[in-house]
Amino acid sequence: MTLIGAGVLILILGVIASLMHWGEHHEAAGEVAGHLNPAHNASSHEEGHSVLLRRIIVSLWHSNVFFIGVSVVGTVFMAIQYVAYAGWSVVVKRINEALSAWLIPGGVLLVILFVIGRHDIFHWTHDGIMTKGSANYDRIVAGKSGFLTFGFYLVRMISYLVIWAVFSWRLRQLSLAEDLNGGTSYFHTSVTTAALFLVLFAVTSSMSAWDWVMSVDVHWFSTMFGWYVFASWWVSGIAATALIAIFLKQAGYLRFMNSNHFHDLGKLIFGFSIFWTYVWFAQFMLIWYANLPEESVYFNQRLGGFEGRYTWIFYFNLVINFAFPFLALMTRDAKRQMIMLKIVCIAILIGHWSDFYLMIMPGTMKGENGFLIEIGIALIFLGAFLILVTRRLAEASLVPVNHPFVEESVHHTT
Amino acid sequence: MTSPAALATPVAPATDSATHSATKRFALGIFDDEDVLLHAIDNIRGAGVKIYDVFSPYPVHGIDDALGIERSRLPIAAFFYGMCGLAFALWLQIYTLGFDWPMIIGGKPHIALPAFIPVSFELTVFFTCHGMVITFYTISKLYPRIKTPVLDVRSTDDKFVMAIELDEHSSQLPKLTQLLRENGASEVNQKEMTKF
Repeated sequence: MTLIGAGVLILILGVIASLMHWGEHHEAAGEVAGHLNPAHNASSHEEGHSVLLRRIIVSLWHSNVFFIGVSVVGTVFMAIQYVAYAGWSVVVKRINEALSAWLIPGGVLLVILFVIGRHDIFHWTHDGIMTKGSANYDRIVAGKSGFLTFGFYLVRMISYLVIWAVFSWRLRQLSLAEDLNGGTSYFHTSVTTAALFLVLFAVTSSMSAWDWVMSVDVHWFSTMFGWYVFASWWVSGIAATALIAIFLKQAGYLRFMNSNHFHDLGKLIFGFSIFWTYVWFAQFMLIWYANLPEESVYFNQRLGGFEGRYTWIFYFNLVINFAFPFLALMTRDAKRQMIMLKIVCIAILIGHWSDFYLMIMPGTMKGENGFLIEIGIALIFLGAFLILVTRRLAEASLVPVNHPFVEESVHHTT
Repeated sequence: MTSPAALATPVAPATDSATHSATKRFALGIFDDEDVLLHAIDNIRGAGVKIYDVFSPYPVHGIDDALGIERSRLPIAAFFYGMCGLAFALWLQIYTLGFDWPMIIGGKPHIALPAFIPVSFELTVFFTCHGMVITFYTISKLYPRIKTPVLDVRSTDDKFVMAIELDEHSSQLPKLTQLLRENGASEVNQKEMTKF
């Protein structure tokens, strides 16, 4: 089993090497472009770094928030399976565990980014914005001063990350101990741990969405936003699980995984793509219908604002995250054949990365957004993410041999 | 096909042998256990006998594959019901709100597609689910009728009933009885059914 894992590691390391190379290449290209346009550096932005540095910091934040979400969803998915006493998903459990390998490094990076680059990402961190009489004073932002302060924000951010990391670690340890010692006591402890984690995650996922993503557009607010970000993370996390399972299966591992398991993962991806659209639409339609200026500014910026530079990605977002998975995964065969599922999973991961792009960029980069640096950074993140995930996959057997439901999972039929 | 026989009501055995044309004869193998049944299906089909149908009190995992039943084409029908519902919903809203009686609501255009999405969604689901239920009941002959034929009422309780169609003289019956017995049937009966 270690050998299998090592094989996977080497296999994917090769992929990563090329990915990293592309990433650096793109970034260099972006840098040149940035230097060629010195006019942009003289923007009217009061505080923070040059456009190039701002782009790098913002896109680091953007990709990191996306990958942390995918990472924690691994644990959430597993926790839900535990609480539901679900048997079928045991074959992908180790992939879920491995996804959370990114949590700690990603979390540390997120804290560092906030401390160093907060002026570039968050308008509300600017000096004097909450002080009456200051030139920068903004009454609406000042009204949120109880919640959006440097110290409180940092404490909240660290607590979400610590809660997620601790529970991921705990469930992983229980699972590893179960491999060694067997017995059902580990399973029952895991169920309790998972239930507690889900309650905490329900709160922290929403709050992290407000903090990390919604406070970018600090004047704006939406009560759907927590769900919206969660839906995006959730469907990407399931797509990542399915995609890793497909790669492992095609490399000759996960022999117990068959088309019935892929069918179920496919159904979840299909269903939650629709769920994401549902949440997206629930947010969009109320804002569109009420047409209150303070709410509809969010969609004005994305639909035609900044000389229409976000308009195409707005529609692209809907097509790739809803229309494509909806039509492509509709038939039974599409969910059972790895090739179709693989295409859809990749599309969904790209789609939800651009969903986060659309959430973060208009509020931070405004009219100075770009793609080369962002894609380059996303690829570097992907490489680092895959190194950690595959390393953790290699650490333990790909089948949790003593899990009480492993037999049920192997004989799963849909 | 494993019909949910619990929905059916028992009926007296068809004694009228005058109506030969509509009468079918069956050998009924009664099984007590689901696993025995599944193995028996494999063996009996392996012996070249065509199984008419199997009746069970509840859905049995893997029985469709064992019986070699083709996948249902119901999803295809469902897709078209959904399209009908969607078309109807769009027509209804665009015609009524856009042409027949245009009204300004909330300063929006007469044909405001985002506002039409919820109704379109609901009607699509409505048409799909009703269409599917009606189609399923019709093709499974579960629609309401005065006399519902049931081969053996115990298939609504705790027995699995395998029906194999016989020819007019029941000539294969002794052989079949032996085959069913060998494969774990607890009893083998013969039954005639009209209008089945």
